[in-house]
Amino acid sequence: MITKYLFFFLSVLIIFSALMVVFAKNPVHSVLYLIVTFFGIAGHYFLLNAQFLAAVHIIVYAGAIMVLFLYVIMMLNLNKEVEPHKPVWIKFAAVVSGGLLMVTLVGSLRGAEAMTKVTPENIHIGLVENLGKTLFGPFLLPFEISSVLFLAAMVGAVMLGKREIH
Amino acid sequence: MQALTNRSKVVVKKEMSLAEKLYLPAILNGLKITFSHFFAKKATISYPEETRAFAPVYRGMHVLKRDENGAERCTACGLCAVACPAEAITMVAAERKKGEEKLYREEKYAAVYEINMLRCIFCGLCEEACPKEAIFLTDRIVPSDYERDGFIYGKDKLVDPIDKPIDVSVRETAEVAAFKKDKEYAHNQTWKDQVNTRKSGH
Amino acid sequence: MAFSTFLIYKIILVLCVFTLALVVAMYSTYAERKVAAFLQDRLGPNRAGPFGILQPLADGLKMFMKEEIIPNVSNKWLFILGPSIAMLTACMTGVVIPWGPAYQGASGTFPLQITDVNIGILYLFGVVSIGVYGIMIGGWASNNKFALLGAIRASSQMISYEVAMGLSIIALIMTTGTLSVGEIVAQQSGWHWNIFYQPLGFLIFIICAFAETNRTPFDLPECESELVGGYHTEYSSMKLGFYLFAEYINMFISSAVMACLFFGGYNFPFIHIHAPLLASIVGFLIMMAKTCFFIFFFMWIRWTVPRFRYDQLMNLGWKILIPLSILNIFITGIVMWLQHKI
Repeated sequence: MITKYLFFFLSVLIIFSALMVVFAKNPVHSVLYLIVTFFGIAGHYFLLNAQFLAAVHIIVYAGAIMVLFLYVIMMLNLNKEVEPHKPVWIKFAAVVSGGLLMVTLVGSLRGAEAMTKVTPENIHIGLVENLGKTLFGPFLLPFEISSVLFLAAMVGAVMLGKREIH
Repeated sequence: MQALTNRSKVVVKKEMSLAEKLYLPAILNGLKITFSHFFAKKATISYPEETRAFAPVYRGMHVLKRDENGAERCTACGLCAVACPAEAITMVAAERKKGEEKLYREEKYAAVYEINMLRCIFCGLCEEACPKEAIFLTDRIVPSDYERDGFIYGKDKLVDPIDKPIDVSVRETAEVAAFKKDKEYAHNQTWKDQVNTRKSGH
Repeated sequence: MAFSTFLIYKIILVLCVFTLALVVAMYSTYAERKVAAFLQDRLGPNRAGPFGILQPLADGLKMFMKEEIIPNVSNKWLFILGPSIAMLTACMTGVVIPWGPAYQGASGTFPLQITDVNIGILYLFGVVSIGVYGIMIGGWASNNKFALLGAIRASSQMISYEVAMGLSIIALIMTTGTLSVGEIVAQQSGWHWNIFYQPLGFLIFIICAFAETNRTPFDLPECESELVGGYHTEYSSMKLGFYLFAEYINMFISSAVMACLFFGGYNFPFIHIHAPLLASIVGFLIMMAKTCFFIFFFMWIRWTVPRFRYDQLMNLGWKILIPLSILNIFITGIVMWLQHKI
């Protein structure tokens, strides 16, 4: 019963703050609303008994990535009232790409009604031990490949950040 | 260039050793030093309860002395005000009326005598300038105050109390004492003489 | 145990831990001044009460009586939110720490730990990583360049050292095999303290703990000499008090975490008490003694080592501590493999 109300509360919170991310005038406020959104999502993970995922979500997204976002935005000069006027075709392209994303999302969710309610055989599937065993058992190859992806990203970041040597 | 002393050290920029690069031994050394101070004797003096011994030549709050009969010695000549490099002293002179001989030794006296303790630098030149041995600097401390007005000391705070005269002989050297013994300056008695006469007089 | 008993017990426990954290933090301010004085051959505060024992109360009263200033150009809402977050996250961390062995009473087991979540260490990391928002939001909302610089320094410092801290803990988790703080402490009975298995990990962890709590030599976010107080330049009254207080609570909690993870928590060799109540009390006292030692160590370091330069801070974090902690994980893995534990 409490879980249900919590679910609705968190959902409303998430949707509201996600909308505020888009509509807030001040970029810093946007970032702060985004942090609230992430907390709401972490709360959903908790409701799903996926504590590890919730904690990692908070540490990585709210605790690290958003701090970097905030860090960068704080460095920008936000006092400039004049925003560069964007050409029409950019706005048009933005609408088209946003619409495409929406179509994809709606398309993927269209079949959701047909989904039968899955009752997981193990309610503790989200706990650390089970997650670790799953990740390093059946999903070892995708897991390791994703680590290679991160390595590539890191190398790219270092390359970008390095001063060019003539 | 020739070195003035043999204490100078030649600074050499050398490669740091591994222990120095690790930085931890240096930190541990520092911790050892600070911890040794933890039990060391504390330098603090808890002021109102304990006081530090003053140097024998310490110059503190002024006093306007009285003579052996309890009359004020100051004659408001203004030499101290002239001598004062900080211009801290002001005074208003007045003529002694009949019947006030007990109060003032000379025919002219200081009706108002003020020292601004915020300006005073306690150099002691007023004391040197005084021909009547009236003003002295003592080993008392000028207390702190909340108001600037509180630091302008009038006669109420400066004049020697009759019942317990303030000892000003601490800084008196043998030469000065011998000088005061001179007949011509008999009115400038030494501290001990003064106490003796005052005791016998009353 | 009935649910109502459980609820009442937990509420009492939460209040006790909260009070403990606040009182210890309060007296940390006093201890800081005393330790500083003693290390510098002085006496420290000794006027308020015997040995100045009432000094924290006087300080707190002073903080409350000060004028509350919110700058006109600041973002008022965020300006108030900053110290609130700092205080909130500081108080939240005490939840997963076992303050003593569980009391086996007649009506059930009463653990001296508010909740033993199976991701205890991750919870700690999560809360600590949120703590930086208090500083960042406060520093930004002040609309002051010193405050902003302090906030930026704080965020980059926290992010840098969180990585090394997490990696140093991973090696510890490899040996213990659990993320629950309660279990980690329970494993260290007798002489099986983790410090003997993970000395390098502990060294990295304690350095990172200094950086995460913004203590000297890592107090760049608030360094007085360059930033006039850093992120709390514009703060006054009890909002400033919250920031300062949060720092001391963080110090207390990180001392407790160090005692738990590496120094056996409430365990002490050669002490085996079978009376349940006495065992709990003695365990709690041992835990507090260890914690107090680390608090003293924090202060001792503060009055010994000068502040780092900013590039030195970043070099230490990224070029030394992170490679060292990865090496530590590697060595731990090899040793465990040789011992056929994995």
